[in-house]
Amino acid sequence: MKIVIAGCGKIGTTVIESLLAEGHNVIAVDDSNLVLQDVTNMYDVMCVCGNAADYNTLTEAGTQKADMFVAVTGSDELNMLSCLIAKRLGAKYTVARIRNPEYNGQGFVFIKDQIDLSLAINPELYAARELFNILKLPSALNIETFARGNFEMVEIRLKEKSPIDGMSLIDVRKKYPGKYLVCVVQRGEEVFIPDGQFVLKSGDKIGLTATPTEIQKLLKKLGILQKQARNVMILGASRTAFYLSKMLLKSGNEVKIIDIDREKCVQICDTLPGAVVIAGDGAEQELLLEEGIKSMDAFVSLTGMDEENILVSLFANSQGVPKVISKVNRKELSAMAEKLGLECIISPKRIISDVVLSYARALQNTVGSQVETLYKLMDGKVEALEFIVKDDFQHAGVAIKDMRFKPNILIAGIVTGRRAVIPSGDDTFKVGDRVIVIAADQHPDDLTDIIDQ
Amino acid sequence: MNRRMIVNTLGRMCQLSAALMVLPLIVALLYREYKQALCFLIAISVAFVFGTLLSLICHTKNKVIYAKEGFVTVVGVWITVSVFGALPFVISGEIPSFVDAFFETVSGFTTTGASILTNVESLSKSMLFWRSFTHWIGGMGILVFVMAIIPKVSDRSIHLMRAEVPGPVVGKIVPRIKDTAKILYLIYIFLTLLETALLYFGGMSLFDSIVHSLGTAGTGGFGIRSDSIASYSVYSQWVIAVFMVLFGINFNLYFFVLIRKIGIALKSTELWYYIATILVSTAIISANVFSVYENLSETLRHSFFQVSSIVTTTGYATADFNNWPGLSKGLLFVLMFAGGCAGSTAGGLKFSRTIMLLKMIGRQIRCMIHPRSVENVRFEQKSVEEGVLNSVAIYFAIYMFLILMVFLLICFEPFGIEGNLSASVSCVNNVGPAFGGECPASNYSAYTDFSKVVLSFAMLLGRLEIFPMIIAFSPSTWIKK
Repeated sequence: MKIVIAGCGKIGTTVIESLLAEGHNVIAVDDSNLVLQDVTNMYDVMCVCGNAADYNTLTEAGTQKADMFVAVTGSDELNMLSCLIAKRLGAKYTVARIRNPEYNGQGFVFIKDQIDLSLAINPELYAARELFNILKLPSALNIETFARGNFEMVEIRLKEKSPIDGMSLIDVRKKYPGKYLVCVVQRGEEVFIPDGQFVLKSGDKIGLTATPTEIQKLLKKLGILQKQARNVMILGASRTAFYLSKMLLKSGNEVKIIDIDREKCVQICDTLPGAVVIAGDGAEQELLLEEGIKSMDAFVSLTGMDEENILVSLFANSQGVPKVISKVNRKELSAMAEKLGLECIISPKRIISDVVLSYARALQNTVGSQVETLYKLMDGKVEALEFIVKDDFQHAGVAIKDMRFKPNILIAGIVTGRRAVIPSGDDTFKVGDRVIVIAADQHPDDLTDIIDQ
Repeated sequence: MNRRMIVNTLGRMCQLSAALMVLPLIVALLYREYKQALCFLIAISVAFVFGTLLSLICHTKNKVIYAKEGFVTVVGVWITVSVFGALPFVISGEIPSFVDAFFETVSGFTTTGASILTNVESLSKSMLFWRSFTHWIGGMGILVFVMAIIPKVSDRSIHLMRAEVPGPVVGKIVPRIKDTAKILYLIYIFLTLLETALLYFGGMSLFDSIVHSLGTAGTGGFGIRSDSIASYSVYSQWVIAVFMVLFGINFNLYFFVLIRKIGIALKSTELWYYIATILVSTAIISANVFSVYENLSETLRHSFFQVSSIVTTTGYATADFNNWPGLSKGLLFVLMFAGGCAGSTAGGLKFSRTIMLLKMIGRQIRCMIHPRSVENVRFEQKSVEEGVLNSVAIYFAIYMFLILMVFLLICFEPFGIEGNLSASVSCVNNVGPAFGGECPASNYSAYTDFSKVVLSFAMLLGRLEIFPMIIAFSPSTWIKK
């Protein structure tokens, strides 16, 4: 597909990178020549320099014939305007980043309709949702939800002395029966899609799929279920912090927000009456101790600086906070942070590029099914996808054991209505079902792609 | 620096040069030149075995290349391909000396068209074909060719393209490098075939029309007769002259024509400067040489042919311009520097650079009169970045130094300032013919081996636009501190 990306900042370049890897033709638009020079050197794209809302710039970028237009400049207004113009010029689908909470309020649907926007993404909101999910189940490193929350994929790290250390998956199932599936295992740099003989070792990062209640049960049996975080300390009064605090407060948690900027503190205090807001330097350990970091259930570091987030999180770790989450945007830094012992890292950049990618995937000649959600797992080596089976799917009603799947494909779950099953050989894909697929080393567009023809 | 990746690429390029030589091998078989066929076969096997060994030894998982690796790779590829391309000439004994054969091949790949052969007609058909085929491949670029055909191109291969495609800035016409390379090559192939057809139906033999089209397309200029194009029909001369002009135009403009945006193509400042230069020079030379031919159509034909041949750095000739009056010779000498449009197959300084330099001079003068004036240099309806302007100015300086250096290195040769200087200018600009020699089909056979090597490198420097060569050969690229 031909895709125009307006704005080559952090998110823009991540989106470019992932779209290129999928084989799309990408044209990048930015108003800074310097930025574009870097982009041409790094990625195989065509660059157009100019204002993203300028008719001439957009026509030069060939927006008229673009299949998708993604506006991810720093300004919401510019994104909306350029999407509007792009749509009028003839771009088939438009995606805009709209991050200001004011625009994400009640008027949101109205605006989206009026400018004929196909998808609006709010990185901070997505990040906050992901954080909220993790805080609900602190034992997990990462949680991805499918089928509107009816099915989950949870990543956990096997600690030493874990009861299932050294057991094969068949034995695990015998000892802990239940409706769950171990679908990916990351050991060091390598990623496996395990079969029954696969032996788990401590230090492995494993991905489990099941319904939320099943996961709770299993984690309880394994003795690693941590209680939902009730007291959360958030560093940095960013937009993500705002959305997250709002969700936490709504579900009855205690939230303490620390930011160095008094003005920001006053602002967030205004919008979040229930939160405790502290104006002070979060990098000061004395302050954190004074504010009771030791008694917190969770600590979330959301400042704009990756480095600061890592360092403060390390301190929180050393103070015995049960769950520490840090926001790290730069890929190379997050790998380093993981080595330093920070297990739980979220990257808004990656979340957004996943969203754009799943949207682009869904637009492609989808026959028989459609990508509903897409997550890149284990450093992007594995994809977890949710497809909705459409009525022109050729293998509807065929038992799974009679279908030949490509290698490195795993059917992790089938959700019919609100009922999720872990598939066995006799299950079938019915029209309207949501099928969750784990794929390594491939990028399926639809369900037909995973079947060996 | 990722040396393994560079050597690996070089190995693959040896294999490619082996693959390229299959074409003249087929020609040799068609014309029943079995001895030559054997020579090509030997050359192919040597290149293939050597290339396979290199790429096997230096197999690497780390395929990332940066600007530095890009420059070194391009230079390495051009030199290796020239060395292996010279093998058939040496093995067959048609050009026994390796230095001569290397000179001839470099001259071919760089689309210079300077030859050391005193008697071209004595060469076998397959060798003549190979000579002209090197023009065709070198014209658009060896690595661009590779990018167009291999399935996966790395994201950073823009570094390779930038080092190989002439002109101050590389413009992609479609998002993917691979597709850009493909489109450029398709346009190139189409124009070449068109010229071949026109020549063939104008009465030239099939072999001659193919060889001349290949030579024109790459703006090379290897002829297959000692008097170049002079003994062909008037019609053929016009066809070749017009196509030389066409191949000197930026290929991106053809793409705009292709997608029916002729308006954009016609707005190109460079194009109009280019056409105006050709027309004005033709007019001046016609007026000047009218006394020699005393026939208007003949005068126009010869003037136009010579002007377009020199401006596009092709080097075909229909007349011996050494016997022309001083004004015409002088003008042709100056035109050697011009060198077609950026993004064409022509060598030389390129019109876009000349235009920018002139505009910068104008700006400088205005700046001296109004010290506080702020002014951007505009080119092709856009303001040019200061960085690009700077690089153009520096390129011009280093280009002039290079010509002088080459001239100094070969000035001990007994051909006088006119001969040596024009040879240096001609080689650096990839033109081919020089003044003061015996005939414009220009002959470098009288030069010593040392000068031939110097001139060979001058041609490579000119074709790759100097900087890549300097980077590749500067110690700081190789020595780890």
